This record gives sequence, structure tokens and C-alpha cells, in this order.
Amino acid sequence: MSDSSKRTDPEKEKRKIKSVQKMKEIMTNYYIEAKGAADTGKKVAWITSGGPVEPLIAMDVIPVYPENHGAMIGASKMGIELCEKAEEMGYPRELCSYARADIGCAVTDGGPIGGLPRPDFLVCCNNICGTVMKWYEVAARYYNVPLFILDTPFTHREFPPAAKQYVIDQIYEYIAFLEENCGKKMDYDRMQEVGRLSVEGLRLWQAVLDSGAHKPAPMTAFDAFFHLALIVTLRGTQEAVDYYRQLRDEMQERINQGIGMVPNEKYRLLWDNLPVWYRTKWLSEKFASHDACLVADTYTSAWSGVLPYIDENNFLETMAVAYSQVYINVSLDIMIDTLRRLIKKYDVDGLVMHSNRSCKPYSLGQYDLQKIVMEELKIPTLILEADMVDERSFSESQIETRIDAFMETLKS
Amino acid sequence: MEPLEKLSAVAHDPFAYAQAIQPALEKPVIGYFCSYTPEEMLTAAGAVPFRIFGTRGDISLADAHLQSYCCSLVRGGLEDVLKGRLSFLKGAVFPHTCDSIQRLSDIWRLNAGLDTHFDLVLPVKLTTQSARTYMISVLNTFRAELEQGLNVSISDEALHQAIYTHNCIRDRLGRIYRLKSQNPGKLAAADMYAIMKAAMVMDRAELLEHLDALWADLSAGASEGASTGRKRILMSGGICNHPDIYHFIEEAGGDVVWDDLCTGTRYFEGSVEETGDPVEAIADRYLDRMVCPAKHMGVTARGEHLKQLVRTHRIDGVIFLFLKFCDPHGFDYPYLKECMDQAGVPTLLLEVEEQLPGEGQFRTRFETFIDML
Ligand code: SF4
Ligand code: SF4
Ligand code: SF4
Repeated sequence: MSDSSKRTDPEKEKRKIKSVQKMKEIMTNYYIEAKGAADTGKKVAWITSGGPVEPLIAMDVIPVYPENHGAMIGASKMGIELCEKAEEMGYPRELCSYARADIGCAVTDGGPIGGLPRPDFLVCCNNICGTVMKWYEVAARYYNVPLFILDTPFTHREFPPAAKQYVIDQIYEYIAFLEENCGKKMDYDRMQEVGRLSVEGLRLWQAVLDSGAHKPAPMTAFDAFFHLALIVTLRGTQEAVDYYRQLRDEMQERINQGIGMVPNEKYRLLWDNLPVWYRTKWLSEKFASHDACLVADTYTSAWSGVLPYIDENNFLETMAVAYSQVYINVSLDIMIDTLRRLIKKYDVDGLVMHSNRSCKPYSLGQYDLQKIVMEELKIPTLILEADMVDERSFSESQIETRIDAFMETLKS
Repeated sequence: MEPLEKLSAVAHDPFAYAQAIQPALEKPVIGYFCSYTPEEMLTAAGAVPFRIFGTRGDISLADAHLQSYCCSLVRGGLEDVLKGRLSFLKGAVFPHTCDSIQRLSDIWRLNAGLDTHFDLVLPVKLTTQSARTYMISVLNTFRAELEQGLNVSISDEALHQAIYTHNCIRDRLGRIYRLKSQNPGKLAAADMYAIMKAAMVMDRAELLEHLDALWADLSAGASEGASTGRKRILMSGGICNHPDIYHFIEEAGGDVVWDDLCTGTRYFEGSVEETGDPVEAIADRYLDRMVCPAKHMGVTARGEHLKQLVRTHRIDGVIFLFLKFCDPHGFDYPYLKECMDQAGVPTLLLEVEEQLPGEGQFRTRFETFIDML
């Protein structure tokens, strides 16, 4: 095939986000560095997505984030095979598919990048779920490495002073753990700088997400899912700050030029829960075919959602409190407040909830949230039963029918 | 009524018991879900702690609040309260444990319509000084919330008294368990089940009287029933609300002589210091006692504990029993099984839902397993 026959659609080209290329480069280099850590003598720590990565950055440890790896496995449609491997080992199919896929990967060195680099130690913060604690216990036994658990009490109605003190105490225990395992002292000036970069990165990320409030939205939640990786993994680095500045500027430019991601954006939707990684393209095309745009989601905004709690001048301690308040470490009452805010801010016409078999803390309670949204906010809602990585829990025909029916209600 | 008969009657229909005692004793009945509920505080507040086991009836109302992928304890408990079967409860206590219970607490608070609701956001890792300090504070808050919610005051004396009562109960249950282990023929499996179940729902002062009477009966004539010729089985897992299981195991040629269940040893192990600050003492029992998989005490603690139990009680086979969709137990299973493989102890896994699979299928599985031992 000659080059000239690869005709590109200028309309489509115009809508493509240019920064994607840069993002891919950064992530590729990051994984190359992480996988080569054994040669460079750098330490590698596995850390949960909601965990405080900043002290690792300040200590020059390479953070590796198995949930991101889980997402890659899902997106490369390798989920079933790896989950089944874990099931053969005795892990029930009902467990989180990130955990199953990762465990399956650890023992086979399989998956899209031939397995994650071996951890020197593990950092687990249970602000997202109890699952990660069990999963990291498995990893700690398998790799026979130290495990630090940052225990962040759940907020049902309030976050009492004792809980605050408890998480602050643990931040210092965490630093002591790092000092011991890295064989060097924490450089608090460096830490302060990393904290500043983290806040700056979070602000820029929030600005990127805010662009979805514009009509038409220059990006969708599906784009946010893709661009999320750096704010999770490389939060606190200059690289993340530079990248998100570039991305924010690109979004601004699109707004200036009136470029929307969905060609004829008529319906604006809010997405709840993790993405369905192996079907993001299909879902995004499906919604676009109805002129519907997923302008925001509860997932990618979870990281920057805690910004109001962080004080740059007392980063370490306020970070601990902030990370305890992330979207899924709080009660349904508090979640509904967030939903209300997002619905208003992004001026959405409907709510799409992914009922994700893998993620109980995110999904149980969605029926009650749905009821409140429908009764109080009077906007239509759709629940899609699926799983983020395990394709066996995805029924295309059923989901298609439900989306079509939902869009009919919205249109009428 | 003979003590065993009484306990069996309570175990058979705990709701009927609670409905009757509530007006008779004029005590509020407080529901709870987990062995991390500080029952001593409820007793000291003049309440009856009432363990919720999850229904075995049809589910019709809970499905409007919970997806298909949650365990039957969570679903069944919600069903019971929505159906009004738990209307005798003044409130319920939700210690922070697994992700499902955590969400159930919210759903329950928004829908159950009981007078009071208590969340105890206990620490998850139980190995550090800061966790201890935090736990004590959570328990103190719980004490204050109970005082407010039940409109009582809980004095240190009342707490010490309650601690004493609960220690006695734990002691009697431990003795009964050890007797069963030494002398499996002495108590039928169904009786063990009834004793444990009744122990978690009865007024604790009344319970203690029955346990004392039962112990007096049992310790007379200690030698009978020494050998049953059956295999010695240990059951490990979460809650067991299926009396039939014990019975089937017995018929298949096994005695459940020990367990590692929330509705078994995890309920009574460890005692609370009777002197010093009562709240700190309660916290310390939780910090000492072997954890359930929803809590953290190092990465090998549960495996080592199970190996120890298997040696101490000369176990021939281990049955893992947990509810389908239970994450904490599901994650620990492969490791615990590996520990048993290393110890040369055969294992059987049962993942159960509300309804047990057909009786025939169940019996066959037990028979095959026990024949193999
Ligand atoms: S998907 Fe849910 S259960 Fe799984 S690791 Fe993430 S937060 Fe935990
Ligand atoms: S397994 Fe743990 S969390 Fe579940 S009921 Fe038992 S003690 Fe509570
Ligand atoms: S059985 Fe498992 S999932 Fe269910 S409430 Fe207990 S610990 Fe949670």
C-alpha cells in the first residue's frame, strides 16, 4: 500500500488530541526505566493508585502502579487469560480483576509488557478499598519483600480528629519505612519541592478536566481515562507538570477553535466508576453515534478532588488527610454531594453508571445513588453491568440495547 | 428447661427470642455484623447484642439496593431489616471490615428505618502503636455515641462488670470447645452450633447462667463418648449459618473439633484485662487476638496460626468455608491451602450462598473428602 492511499479524514484528524503522542512516549520511557531498575540500581516500589507517591519520588524510588498495569492488561484484552491463571491458583473469580490479572501476570511474566519489574518493597494505601490490602499481602508473600500499609479510615459521616492524627502519624511511619528500605534519610527540602510539584500537577489536571464543562466539550471522559496515568504514577514530578500544562493548553486551544470531541454534541453525560478498559473505543463510538458526549466522570476527578484539603506549606500532613477523603473512601451521602456538584458543573443531561463487578466499594450503593439522582435531580440514569478487565462479564448485545433505550428516553 | 434445650430453642429461632425478651427485660436489642463489635460496651449500656446472620429465605427487597455480586450475609441482613423481621432492633453496629459491609452500613442507614446507627471505623492494621491509640479513640467515641443513642450513661464500673460477664462467657465457650476437641463424642455437632449461635444473640447475663449450668452437666462424667472413630476436622472461614453442614460432616464420618470462624473461636478467643482502663483493655483484646482476613497483622500470621491449630488439635482435614463473593476470605484461601498442603493436611473448599446446593451433592462431597483422610 502506498502512502497516498492511506487517506486521512481531515475532520477526524482535527479532533485528535495531539498530546497523545507525548503521553505515549512518557509512559514508554517510564516503563523502560522501571524495568531496567535492576541495572541502574534504583529501587522499585509498588504502590496503590490512591497512595501517597510523593515521598517515593522525593526518595528517588521508581513507583510502579499495578492498577495501571491492570488497566493496560484490560485495554490489550489480555484480561481473561491472566484472570484465569489466577483462578487456577485458587483465587475466586469474584475477586477484583486488577488483582487477579496482576497475580496471573506475576507468575507467568505475561501481559502486555512481560510483567512488572520486581518490587523492592510495597506501599499500600487502603483509601480505595480493602482489596488492595489483601492483594498486597499476596504480593508481599510472593516477592518476599516488606509491605507498608497506610491505613486511611473511611468517612461515614465525619473524619474525626483522632483519625486525622492517625493518618498523620502514619506518614512519619511511612517515611521511616522508606528511610530504612532505601538506606538513606529523607531530604525534606526535596520533599517540599515534590509536594509543590504534586499540587501544581493536580491543579493542571483539574484544569484539563474542567475543560469538559465547555460546550462542546474538547475532550471526553474516555480521553481522561487515557491521560490519567501520569497524575497517578508521576505525580510530584516536573514531567507530569509539563505534560499537563501542554494538555491543558491544547484543550484551551480546542475551546478557542470550537473543536468538540463528539462531532454533533447534543447530549452531555456523566460517567461513574472505572472504565471498561477493553471496550473504551466501542463505548465511545456507541455514545457518539447518538450525539452523546461523556463530558466528565467521577473516577478521573478523584485525585484532584482532594485538592481543597492540601496545604502546600504543610504538604506531608495535609496530604495524609486529603488522601483519606478520596471519592470512594466516603459514604454514599458524601458521594451524592459530589455527583450533584459534577452534574451541575458540567451541565449534564444524564448519568451512566458502570456497575463494576470487580469494585465493590465503588459499585455497591450505586442503586441508592441512582434513585436519589433520579428523584432529586430528575435526570435519567443508566446502569451498565460489566467489569473493567474481565471481558467475561460483558455482554455486548445487552449493553447495546440498554444504551439505545437510554438514549431514546433522553431524546424524547 | 435443660440448658442445652434452651440454647437450641434460641438458636432455632433467634428472632422469636429477641421479640420476647425485649419487652420482658426492657432492654434495647442492638444488631451487629461482626466479631469486631465490642459487645462489652453494649452490655454495659444495658443492651442485648444480637448478631445478624443473614436470612435464608427468599430475597425480594434487598435486590433493589445491592447488585448480584455481594455476599449472602450482606444481602440477607439487609433483606431481613427491609422485610421488618428485625423490627425489634433499636439499632445496629457496623465495625469497619470489608468493602461490602462498609457500603451496607450506608445503605442500611438510609433505608432500614431503625432508631440508631453506629459506625465503628476501626483501624485495619493492628500492628502499630498509632493504630492502638486510634482504636482506643474510636471505642471511646462509640461509648459516647451509645450513651447518647440509648440515652444511658456507661460508667467504668458498668464496663468492668460487663467485661467480667463477657470474659466468663468466653471462658465457658472455650472450655466447651476444648472438651469437644478432647472428647468429640461428648457433644453433638448440632449442639455446638446451637451453643455458639445462642451465645451471640441471648441476653448475656441469662446466657452465662445457661452456660454455667451446661458446664456443670458436661463436667460430670467426663469420660463418656471418648472415641467416635470419626476423623478430626477443623473448619476455617467466616460465618457459618448452616447447621446442616455440621450434621452432614458428622454423618459422613467427621467431627468438627475446632474452628477458625467468626461464629466460632474468633468470637471467644482472648480475654479482656479486668483492671485498668476498660476501654483500653477492650482495644487490647482486639490487638492480641488472631485477626480475621479483613484486618492486617503481618502477611503470614493467619497461615502460622492455622498450622498451629492443626498441630494442637491433631487435625486430619480442614474444610474452608466462606461465602461466595467474600473478598477477604477469597484472597487468603490459596495461601492458607498452601500452608495446609505443606503441613500434609488435606483440605476441602466450600463456597456457599444463601441456599446450600442440593443435599445429596453436599453429602457426597463430604463423604469423598472424609474417606480420603
Ligand atoms: S478496582 Fe476497586 S477493588 Fe479493585 S483495586 Fe481498584 S478500588 Fe480496589
Ligand atoms: S470475617 Fe472478619 S469482617 Fe467478616 S464477620 Fe468475621 S470478623 Fe467480621
Ligand atoms: S462474609 Fe466476607 S464479604 Fe461478607 S460481610 Fe463477611 S467479610 Fe464481608
